[in-house]
Formats: sequence, structure tokens, C-alpha cells
Amino acid sequence: MASTTLSAPLRLGAASWLVPLRAVGATSVGFGVLCVLAVLDLALGDFEIPVADVLRTLAGGGDAGQQFIVMELRLPQTLVAVLVGAALGLAGALTQTFARNPLASPDILGVTEGAAVGAVAAIVMSGASGYGGGLVSGSLASMGVPVAAFLGGLLTATVLYVLSWRRGIDDRRLILIGIGLSASLAAVTSWLLVRARIEDAASAQVWLNGSLNARGWEHATPLMWTLAVLVPVSLLLVRHLNALQLGDDAARALGVRLQTTQLLVLVAAVGLASVAVAAVGPLAFVAFVVPQIALRLTGGSRPPMLASMVFGGCLVVGADLVTRVLLPFAIPAGLVTSAIGAPYLIWLLVRTNRKASA
Amino acid sequence: MSTPTSRLQASRLTVGYGGAPVVRDLDLAIPDGQVTTVIGPNGCGKSTMLRTMARLLTPSSGTVVLDGEPITSIPTREIATRLALLPQSPIAPDGLLVRDLVGRGRHPHQRWFRQWSREDERIVAAALEMTDVADLADRPLDQLSGGQRQRAWIAMTLAQDTDLMLLDEPTTFLDLAHQVEVLDLVARLNRERGRTVALVLHDLNLAARYSDLIVVMKDGVIVERGTPAEVFTTTMLRSVFGLEADILADPRTGLPIVVPTSCAGSVPQSLTTGGTVPGSPSTAAAS
Repeated sequence: MASTTLSAPLRLGAASWLVPLRAVGATSVGFGVLCVLAVLDLALGDFEIPVADVLRTLAGGGDAGQQFIVMELRLPQTLVAVLVGAALGLAGALTQTFARNPLASPDILGVTEGAAVGAVAAIVMSGASGYGGGLVSGSLASMGVPVAAFLGGLLTATVLYVLSWRRGIDDRRLILIGIGLSASLAAVTSWLLVRARIEDAASAQVWLNGSLNARGWEHATPLMWTLAVLVPVSLLLVRHLNALQLGDDAARALGVRLQTTQLLVLVAAVGLASVAVAAVGPLAFVAFVVPQIALRLTGGSRPPMLASMVFGGCLVVGADLVTRVLLPFAIPAGLVTSAIGAPYLIWLLVRTNRKASA
Repeated sequence: MSTPTSRLQASRLTVGYGGAPVVRDLDLAIPDGQVTTVIGPNGCGKSTMLRTMARLLTPSSGTVVLDGEPITSIPTREIATRLALLPQSPIAPDGLLVRDLVGRGRHPHQRWFRQWSREDERIVAAALEMTDVADLADRPLDQLSGGQRQRAWIAMTLAQDTDLMLLDEPTTFLDLAHQVEVLDLVARLNRERGRTVALVLHDLNLAARYSDLIVVMKDGVIVERGTPAEVFTTTMLRSVFGLEADILADPRTGLPIVVPTSCAGSVPQSLTTGGTVPGSPSTAAAS
């Protein structure tokens, strides 16, 4: 890693922080890119609106047609893309730091898969399907998918934690158990789909591929609330995560309350990942790839939180643009993120192996 | 030896990991302002004892007392402002700069809104200076030599700004020159800064040279304690380490030097009478 990580103290009265300059620079550039991508996402599509008009409409101007297309149709979807990217990026940064391993992201560990099982179960049951049909309906159903996803994710994380706890969390054990858990949960999802009525299975399948299509305010709102709570929590945890990186013993010797910190990190990560999954389905590899890319761009010693959120937003909005605008046919955004993420996973595994055998 | 005061004491300490206790009914007071070294064969409970005294492990019975209070009744962060521990194998993430590592030692003194005060800056700079790693401050830890890296870790512990420092095997995996480098630093911290240091060491000669008090452990209990001259006897080495050795006096300091002759029990009697033993494991047993 580059050894040019300079930092400058920032002091206001009794308050003081150490500001890593390169991370601030990279995050600012990322934020600029995110804004450009978001405006493009609002402007482009079946009906193109000039960028200047998009900005005017966002400020409250524009004609009724532009108002409708930008504010009602595209803005919620773009917002969902930004928020989902931010949530997944942050969730990945938290778990990768927590486990001290780049492989330990919610998607590899099965948390996303657990959330998917919860959500698919909710979709299938609310869809007047073969079994449990009509059990859940109406507004309960639309509330039910995010809640079921969160419970599924949380339950998976709890099982994972219990199974891999042996007087501490060993990252390799955590990842192996996570991969196993993920596979078992994928089987449960398949079973649910096989048992469901064909139309419910179809809608669940689209959701499972990670689709940003036709997302409305009802998808954006739960994301905004969750981020409003969990982002500050995560940022408060950063200090303790820095100590935790030095090992469990060192962290406790530095005065970190280990179990409390680990529990908070895990709950925050599961909350972020589950809500994102509930909104758009399991967007593969975002939580896994983004924090590592952000780490390489900011040049620190752990996946950066804010930068992971910003670059997560960039990746998901970018994927939305690609699927809606660049490609001649509509595909779910999850396929785009997979196409980027899978080669990266292979590269990381190969590199880790070389390092270990070198 | 007159009995000095002690801020950190263990009384009737028993610690286990579920099975048979690793440390049994142990009493120990770390004398203030001195260097205390715990020695003993592998698996005798040295590290377990040290980790329990820093409340990283919970004893199954007995208490650790810090400044007259049971350590379990002191908040975790409060303990960390009075007592620092360098664990046996801490983890340094890739790319972590020496400066950042040492800065993390300030953790117990910081809050979310006060993460880099002038005091933090001053103490970190002093710790870098004291441990001779100031020149390396902007280098990643993984590019340093073993001795430099260990000094950086000690600087991190030093930045915690506690009078009490516990170092768990700070010289393991270092070559002799680097071991001396680290222990010279420990001696300076003790002499110039008045730090109380307790450490676990494997090298008996270095333990004799750098310690005021030697604590000898075997099978979870303390079998001997005293000055190096009091503790290092041929009987102790035989009964605790299973080591046959001569004890000489260092011509410069007068401190004991252990010269192994053979490892008791591992070499048949018939061979030891035949003079030198080829491939004698004695040197390995002493390291």
C-alpha cells in the first residue's frame, strides 16, 4: 500500500480529529462522480430530459411532464440505487474490518442469502400461493418483505456467530461456515420457489436477480430511515474498529468492550445489508467488492466507511444506468454487479493464495 | 529485599479454559517501579497469568487488584488508562503506518469528538522518539525488521501512557541482537520513565540480566521468586526446566549466566558419562 497517507489534525475548541487527506480527496472525487451519475440516471431513459431541465426540475421548476417523470418515476429509483449502494458498501466495510478479512462480506457470509430467504418467503406467502396463501396481504405484505428480509438476515448472522464462536471469532472459520450457510440457504430459496405458484415464483425470481426496476418511494423510505440510524452508529464504531483490527487481546488491552462492539458492528451490518436486499433483492458482490476498491483508492489500512458508501452508490447507480440505457435489452442490475464482482473475487483468491505460498 | 509497594496484585488466582486449571491458587504482587520477569517452561501458565492480570481472562476464582480495587469493578476503558498490555501476537493490518499504529495506543484517552488532541500528538511523538522509531513513522509496519516492528508495538503500548506495562513475550521470534534491543528499551523505560514493567521471557540469561524480580512458574504455580542471584540455582534449573546447567557469574555485572550442560532426562546416563554428547539438545532447551 502507498506509504503516502498523510493526515492533518482538525481542531475546533476541545474537539479534535485526525483527517486522512488522501481519503478525503478520494471520497470527494467519488461524491462528485456519484452526483454526475445520479443526474445522468435521472436524465437518460426511454424519454430523455436535458440535464439542465433535470436540475431545474429538482429545484422545483420544470413542466408537469418533467415533474412527473423526474420526481415520481426516476428520482425514487435513483435514490434507491444510491442508498442501496451506500448501505451495501458500508455493511461490507464493517464486516470486512470486523473479521479482518476481505472475504468476510455479507454476501459471502450468507447474510444476504438469509435475507433473501426471508423476503422470498414473504413474497410467496403473500401472493395467495399454494401454501400459506392469503396469510399475509395488503399493506402488511409491502411492510412484510423488508421486515422478513431483516429477520432472515439477523437470524443467519446469529447462527453464523454462534457456530463460529470459539473463545473469539476466527476469520477463516467464520468464512467457511458462512459459505456453507449460504449454500444451505440457497437451497431453501430454491425449495420455496419450486413450491410456489408460477406467477409468485416469477416475481420472486426477478427480485432475486437484484432488480432496480420500478422502485418507488415505498422502497426508498425504509432505506432512508435505516441509514439515518445506522450510519451514525457505524461512524461512532470506527474508533473501536481501529483498535479491534490489532487483534482481540490488543483491542481489549486498549479498553475496547469487545463483545459489545462486535455485537453492534454485526447488528449494524446485518441491518444495512438486509434493508438493501429487501429493497432491490440480493445485488451480488457490491458489499464484497466496493470496500476493497475504496480501500485501494484511499490508501488506509482498513476499508473506509464513508468512501465505501460513496463508491457503493456509484457502482449501483452505474449498474442501473448500464441496464436501463446502454444495453439494448433490460437485464436486472444484479447481473451487472456480478459481472464486475465475480472476476474480482477470483483475482483476490489467486492473489491471497500466492501471498500465502510466497 | 524490602517489600516495595504494588499497584497490581493477584491473590489466590485460579484460571482455566474449561478443563483443568492452567494457573492454580497463585499470589503475586508486581512491585512498583521495577522490572519483573516471569519465566518457566512452555505451557506453565505464564501468559495465562499475565493475561488474567490485565483482565483479558476471567479467573475462575481469586481476584486481581489494581490500585486497591478489584479489577472487575473498574470500567474497561478506565483500566486501559492505568495498565497497558502488549499481547503475544498482535495483528497489524496490511499497510498500517507506524505512526497510525502508535496513535491507536491513545484509544482509551480518546472520545469520538476528541480523537487527536495536542496531548495525543505530543505523547505519540514522545513514544516514537523514546523507542527510536521516529524515523520510521511514515513507513508501513510490514516493511520493518522484526526488532523495529516490536519497538513500534512497544511505542503503541507506551502511547497508552500508563505507569504499568505488561509485555507478553516481547522478544519471541527475534534474533539475539533484536532481543537485546527490545530489552534495552524496557530497561530505559523503567529507569528513565519510572515505568513498572512485567514481562514474560524465554531466554534465561536475558531474564537474569534485565530483571529486578524473577518469578519462576511451573505447572500453574509460582515455585520461586526473588532477585536473579537468588533464583538462578542449579537445583531450580533442574527441577523446573529439567535442565542440567552450570551457573557462572557475568564478569561485568556479576549477574548469573546459565550455561547448559545437558538436558536432564532426555539423555541416557551412559551417554553423559562419555564426555561430550553429539547433537545434545541442551542449547535448544535454553532458548
